[in-house]
Amino acid sequence: MRRLRAFGRFWWDFVVGDDWRAAAGVVIAIGSTAALVAAGVDAWWLLPAAVAFVLCLSLRREVRSSSG
Amino acid sequence: MTAVFLVASAFLASAVEFVEALTIVLASGITRGWRSSLAGLGAATVALAAIVAALGPALTYIPISALRLVVGGLLLAFGLQWLRKAILRAAGFKALHDEAAIFEREAGEARAAGRIERAGLDWYGFTLSFKGVLLEGLEVAFIVITFGGTQGNVGLAALGAGIALALVAAVGVLVRGPLTRVPENAMKFAVGAMLTTFGIFWAAEGAGANWPGDDASLPAVLAFVIVLSSAAVATLRRRRMAFA
Repeated sequence: MRRLRAFGRFWWDFVVGDDWRAAAGVVIAIGSTAALVAAGVDAWWLLPAAVAFVLCLSLRREVRSSSG
Repeated sequence: MTAVFLVASAFLASAVEFVEALTIVLASGITRGWRSSLAGLGAATVALAAIVAALGPALTYIPISALRLVVGGLLLAFGLQWLRKAILRAAGFKALHDEAAIFEREAGEARAAGRIERAGLDWYGFTLSFKGVLLEGLEVAFIVITFGGTQGNVGLAALGAGIALALVAAVGVLVRGPLTRVPENAMKFAVGAMLTTFGIFWAAEGAGANWPGDDASLPAVLAFVIVLSSAAVATLRRRRMAFA
């Protein structure tokens, strides 16, 4: 059980890293792109905008926590 | 164009990871003996090659749109981690990776560890080298498999990684010490930008969107990511100076 947990922890750290919100933002942005495309909107522009938003939020959180 | 990106991304990502792996192999070799350290390096390299050889061809059986959606999402999550850390380091909010300090720490721990012999090898030296190379190399294997698999050319991505391995190994043999002068953060910044770019491009395509100009829009996405990241570094530097 402990080894299974360590294995899961390793892959979580590997893919998601120390900011799960950024990874969740990526998943939501990809899902939204697919939904817009299904609705007939060619939403190629959504992911770049979402990445800018997610990256800025993630950096702001990190800077605030390191500044105390 | 994408072939150049493919080789360059695999080369840069691999070079960064191999520099870190070299530090661990050196610490193990100098303190615990080269035989065990090199055996660990060899075993980890074989394990990594087996992972790439097994998973690389398997990806060709997955439909390309599903593959691009999943791989794009993974690369985006992965690339944002690299980019975020590189931005924070460049802006001074996170300490730069110090290979000399890491070497000293690993060597100190290796000297203090007791000696257990297994299969004629110093087990601590073997496992230190094996784990270091395997863990650093897994990121390389991930990039080679995902980049190569999505472009239908794992061999080309593996070539980029192979060139990086040969280069780092050759310089390591010449220098006989951790490669402290390699501009690791600049390389991580470049890799983060490339991973994020490919992640955006493939995930959007996998979700069904059509890029204006198809592959020709890839440099524009890369330029967008670089401008965004550079602006973030400049803003954070100003903020740090204001608080200093």
